[in-house]
Amino acid sequence: MAAGSSAPAVSTAAPAVSLNDVQVSFRLADDTTYTAVQRATLDVADGEFVAIVGPTGCGKSTLLNVAAGLIAPSNGTATIFGAPLAGLNRQAGYLFQADALFPWKTAAENVAIGLEIAGTPKAQARERATTWLGRVGIGGFGNRYPHMLSGGQRKRVGLVQVLIRDPKILLMDEPFGPLDAQTRQIMGNLLLDLWSADRKAVLFVTHDLEEAIALSDRVVIMSAGPAARIIGNWTVPLARPRDIGEVKLERAFHELHREIWEALKDEVMKGYQQTGGG
Amino acid sequence: MSRGTLLALQILVAVVCIAFWHIFATYTIGGVKLLPPFFFSTPFEVASRIVRWFVEGTIWKHLWITLVEAMLAFVVGSLAGVLIGFWFARKPMINAVFDPYVKMLNALPRVVLAPIFALWFGLGIASKVALGVTLVFFIVFFNVYQGVKEVSPTVLANARMLGMSERQLMRHVYWPSALSWMFSSLHTSVGFAVVGAVVGEYLGSAAGLGYIIQQAEGVFDVAGVFAGMFVLAVFVILIDMIVTVIEKRLLVWRPVASMDAR
Repeated sequence: MAAGSSAPAVSTAAPAVSLNDVQVSFRLADDTTYTAVQRATLDVADGEFVAIVGPTGCGKSTLLNVAAGLIAPSNGTATIFGAPLAGLNRQAGYLFQADALFPWKTAAENVAIGLEIAGTPKAQARERATTWLGRVGIGGFGNRYPHMLSGGQRKRVGLVQVLIRDPKILLMDEPFGPLDAQTRQIMGNLLLDLWSADRKAVLFVTHDLEEAIALSDRVVIMSAGPAARIIGNWTVPLARPRDIGEVKLERAFHELHREIWEALKDEVMKGYQQTGGG
Repeated sequence: MSRGTLLALQILVAVVCIAFWHIFATYTIGGVKLLPPFFFSTPFEVASRIVRWFVEGTIWKHLWITLVEAMLAFVVGSLAGVLIGFWFARKPMINAVFDPYVKMLNALPRVVLAPIFALWFGLGIASKVALGVTLVFFIVFFNVYQGVKEVSPTVLANARMLGMSERQLMRHVYWPSALSWMFSSLHTSVGFAVVGAVVGEYLGSAAGLGYIIQQAEGVFDVAGVFAGMFVLAVFVILIDMIVTVIEKRLLVWRPVASMDAR
């Protein structure tokens, strides 16, 4: 079923994120067990951009939370750069789908806080925060509170809030989900721009196959939940640097899209049936 | 509607009410006086009483006493409410144990406490402050508790992923959230601080707005009662205006919509 091969074979170092046979089960209120993810095995090499795509409710966010250390797997292991993960993943930055900015802090304070709590002097942290805000095109909005910013601007703040700490791994949970199509494209290009500067390992969860292919080096497909599994793994043969708008016009993009969609669409239908079309 | 029109309409309401009061208290209509001055006084009498209080300067002492009592009740009640609310929210065990008692105490009508407080703390300021504290405390307590409990799980997870320790979470997440809830209940808690002070004075004291009203009632001086009520009403409105200014400062980060819905 899987067409491409995984893991760039050249790398001998330990993968940035390695999920091995991970299973996540929750105990429900009526004492039954709900298995969200079953036997998922996935490696993300250092510097690799991997997208996880799956139908709604398939547990892709759950898998991401395991990599972040926010959820402990019921079975299997998560290792980060070869070391088993216990507690929170300190090497990772996490960009959430929902608004996660501190509403009582200004944009600049929100960005600086990651440095401040790590001991960087306040003035210095603020200065770097302003620089980072400038880098994503909202340098003039540092004094605004999140509710005074647009959805796209808030995402930019969220992005640099994570990036300013320079994490080795970037975990993203449908970060551009709530944005309109144009803004998504702009944000995607911005992300690729920032990422290409130092090539962190990225695990990017999305339900949008086009977005996944346009952004990533490798696309991983999950089956419909419950007990979702990883059912496919494709390498994206598109050259970098990419422009998301242009790359979608390329022939290779369409071929890959068709190929992956063949595998994905049955699962999407299953997912819809299970969640009542939600 | 512009601010000017709004203010004009607001003043119009008062003018109409006072005009009716004046007419029904002064003129006999169809053989009856609808508002006999003995029970309802007249606008002129009440107004001249208020003017006299301010001209002679006797009112200032009472206003000052009530203000001090209310402010002390507010400060002490808020401090206790913030600290204990925070503590309860962070320690579910404590909360579970004390929960029924908190609810019992909160259900108690505070007026019944006034005589006991007078007994314990005397007829001076302390007993009124104590009464105000019992009112303010629970408002602040419940709001702070809620504020800590209702921190968005996403914001919390984000804070953790950004590397915050337990202590830093307190300072940067729980604390601001709890305070924002407390500030959004400022109007209520300040109002109740004044209520506590006035009710306490009314039930036994030697000074304050409640004392004036109670004294006037004692001698069937209706004009005095109404005058006391008007002074109290204006006093509360002025305090409320100050609170609004403070609130706007403290909650700049809030969307405007939620500020109007207080």
